[in-house]
Amino acid sequence: MGNLFKIAFRNLLRYKRRTLLTASLVTIGVVFVLLFISISGSFKNMMVGQMTDSMLGHLEVHRKGYLVSIDNLPLNLNLKLQAYQKFEGILKQQPEVEAFSPRIKFGGMFSTFVETTNIRLNGVYPDREFKTVPLLPSRLTNGAKKALEKGEIWIPELMSKSMKVNIGDTVVIIATNKDGSVNGKQFKVAGVLESVTGPGGRDGYIHLEDAMEVLRMEEMEVSEVAIRLKDFGQLHAFSDRLERLLSGEVNKQGKPIYEVHTWEKLSPFYNIARMIDIMAFFIKLMLIAVVLVSIMNVMIMAVYERIREIGTIAAIGTLPGKILSMFVLEGLFLGTMGALAGDLIGLIIILILNRVGITFDFGRETGLVLSTTIGPFDVLTISIIVIFISVAASLQPAFKASRMEPIKALRHV
Amino acid sequence: MSLIVAENITKIYSVVATKVSKHYMAGEIAIRALNEVSFEIEPASFVSFVGPSGSGKTTLLNLIGCLDKPTEGKLEVAGTDVLHLDRKQSAAFRGNNLGFIFQDFNLIPVLTVYENIEYPLLMVQNVPGGEREKRILTMLEAVGMGDQKDKYPDQISGGQKQRVAIARALVTNPKLVLADEPTANLDHKTAFLVLESMKRMRDEFKTTFIFSTHDQKIVGEAEIIYSLEDGELVGKQVKGGKKNG
Repeated sequence: MGNLFKIAFRNLLRYKRRTLLTASLVTIGVVFVLLFISISGSFKNMMVGQMTDSMLGHLEVHRKGYLVSIDNLPLNLNLKLQAYQKFEGILKQQPEVEAFSPRIKFGGMFSTFVETTNIRLNGVYPDREFKTVPLLPSRLTNGAKKALEKGEIWIPELMSKSMKVNIGDTVVIIATNKDGSVNGKQFKVAGVLESVTGPGGRDGYIHLEDAMEVLRMEEMEVSEVAIRLKDFGQLHAFSDRLERLLSGEVNKQGKPIYEVHTWEKLSPFYNIARMIDIMAFFIKLMLIAVVLVSIMNVMIMAVYERIREIGTIAAIGTLPGKILSMFVLEGLFLGTMGALAGDLIGLIIILILNRVGITFDFGRETGLVLSTTIGPFDVLTISIIVIFISVAASLQPAFKASRMEPIKALRHV
Repeated sequence: MSLIVAENITKIYSVVATKVSKHYMAGEIAIRALNEVSFEIEPASFVSFVGPSGSGKTTLLNLIGCLDKPTEGKLEVAGTDVLHLDRKQSAAFRGNNLGFIFQDFNLIPVLTVYENIEYPLLMVQNVPGGEREKRILTMLEAVGMGDQKDKYPDQISGGQKQRVAIARALVTNPKLVLADEPTANLDHKTAFLVLESMKRMRDEFKTTFIFSTHDQKIVGEAEIIYSLEDGELVGKQVKGGKKNG
C-alpha cells in the first residue's frame, strides 16, 4: 500500500502545474464555502440571538389555541392562575431552564391627552423578563434607566417620535378587559424602546401588576410564558420533552391545556434563517460540482496520458484492483491537499475577519459587529465531502484504467 | 543383464504451440495474423523470431505472453495451458512466470532505477523487504547499473534503460522472458551490448529468452531462430546446427 501511495504522489508531481491548478480550484471552493458558512451562519446566529434575547425568549408556552389568535391578543385564552402555577412547578424542575417570565399581553389605547393611538402591551415582572430576554434593556434609547417599576411604561420608539412623547411624560393606557369593561391608568414614560426588526414595532412594556390592574384581574392570568434555556443547542430536545411532559395536563374536557412553541414558530425571521441554510446547502452543492468536474477532468487526462504505462504495469502482472487503487489514490491526494489548504486558508481569513471586525445594520440596529465563527464539525464535514467527492470523481477514470486490455494499451501511441 | 525401459517420460518445454492461429478483424477485413503455427521451445533457450513487419512476430509474442488469446490451436507456456485463463488469472500468471522487455523500455518515469526493478517484486509478487533488496542489488550488479540506481529513467541513456528493463524482467525469477524488438530503439553497439546482457542473464539464471527482431545484424545473436512470413512459420535455424524450412 505504501508503494501505491508513493507512486500516486509522484504521479501528481509529474505535472506540477496541473496538480497545483486543480488543487487550487478545490482550495478556492473550500475557502469560499467555509467563509460563506461562517459569515452567513454568524449572521443568522446573531439575528436569532437578537430575536430570542431581546423579545421572544427561546421558546414560549401558551394556553392551547392561543397562537392561532395571537394577533388579536385574546384575553379569554389566557392561562388561569392554577394552570400557570402548575406549569411553573413543572418548569422549576427542569435543569435545562435558565429563566422564565410570565407575560400578560393585551391591546389598548395609548393617549398623551392630545393624541391617541393603539398599542400592544406586555405586562411583565421586569427582573424575570430581563433574565429571560437579557438584551431587552439594551434596546432602551440613551438616557433611560435600565429598570421598569410599577406605574412606569416603556414605549416603542415609533410612538415616541410620532407623538412627541419623551421620558418623564405622563400618558394614559385604556384597555378593555375580557368582560368588556373599560379601564384606564396613568403611566410615566420611563423608557423608549428601539424596535428589533424595523420601524413598525408597537410593543410597550409595563409591570405585570399594572397590567392586572388595567385589566381588572382579580387573580393573575398569563398570556404566555417565555423561557430561556441554559444551552440554546438543546432547544428542540427540550421543546419535545416539555411537550411530552405537558401533554398529560388536560382540562375537564380531556383536551391539552398547554401548547409549546419554539422561537421559529413565533417569528417570521425563521424563514430568512431557513433561506440562509438553503443558500449554504446550494453553495455546498456548487463546491461538490467544482470538485467533481475538476478532479474527474484531471484524472481522465491522467489516464489518457498514461495508457502505455498502464499497459506496461498490467503486462508485468499488476492486478486490476491495484491499478484502480493507484488512480483513486491520486484523486484522494488531490482532494485532501485541496481540502487541507482550503481549511487552513479559510480559517486564517475567518481569523482576520474577526480581527478586522465586519459591521452591519439589521433593522434599527446599526453597527452590529459580525463575529464570524465556524465549528469544527462544519470544517470536518466540508473536508470529508471534498475528499469523498474527489475519490468518487476518480473512480470512473480509475475503473477505465484498471479494465484496459494491456495489449491495446501497449499499442497506444 | 537387465534392460531398463523408460516409459511416459514427458519433456518440459518453456513453450509448446500447436497449430496456433490468430485472426482478427480490421474493419470488415479479416486478417490472419498467425496461421497454424507450431513449435516447442526448451528451457534456457535463447530464441529469436525474425521476419519482416506484419509477419506475425509481435502477435506471437503477445500470445506467448498471455496478453492475447489464440483464435485456434493449443498453447502451453511454462507448463500451463494459457487458453482458459481469465483476465485476473492471466495477470497473476504473467506476474509469476513471465518477464517482459519492451521496444520502448517502458520504465515507469516517476520511479528511480532501483524502484523500477523493485516494482514487480513489491506490487506483483509481494516479496518481503530483505529478500527484495538482495535480489534488486544482485540484478543491478548483473546489468551493470549499480551506480545508477537512484537515477530516474529520464536521466539515463537508452541502452541503460533497456538494461534496467532486463533487470526488471528478471528480478522476479521468471521462467520465460519475452522481448519484442528489444534493440529497435538502440544503436548497433548498444544493441549488441544489450543482447550480451540478455545472454549472460540466461546463462546465470537459466531463464528462457524469446525475442523478436527484424534487424538481420542482431538476429545472429540468437541460438535458435524461427522465421515468420505472413503469419506462417517458414523456417527454424539452430545455431551451429541444421536449417529447416
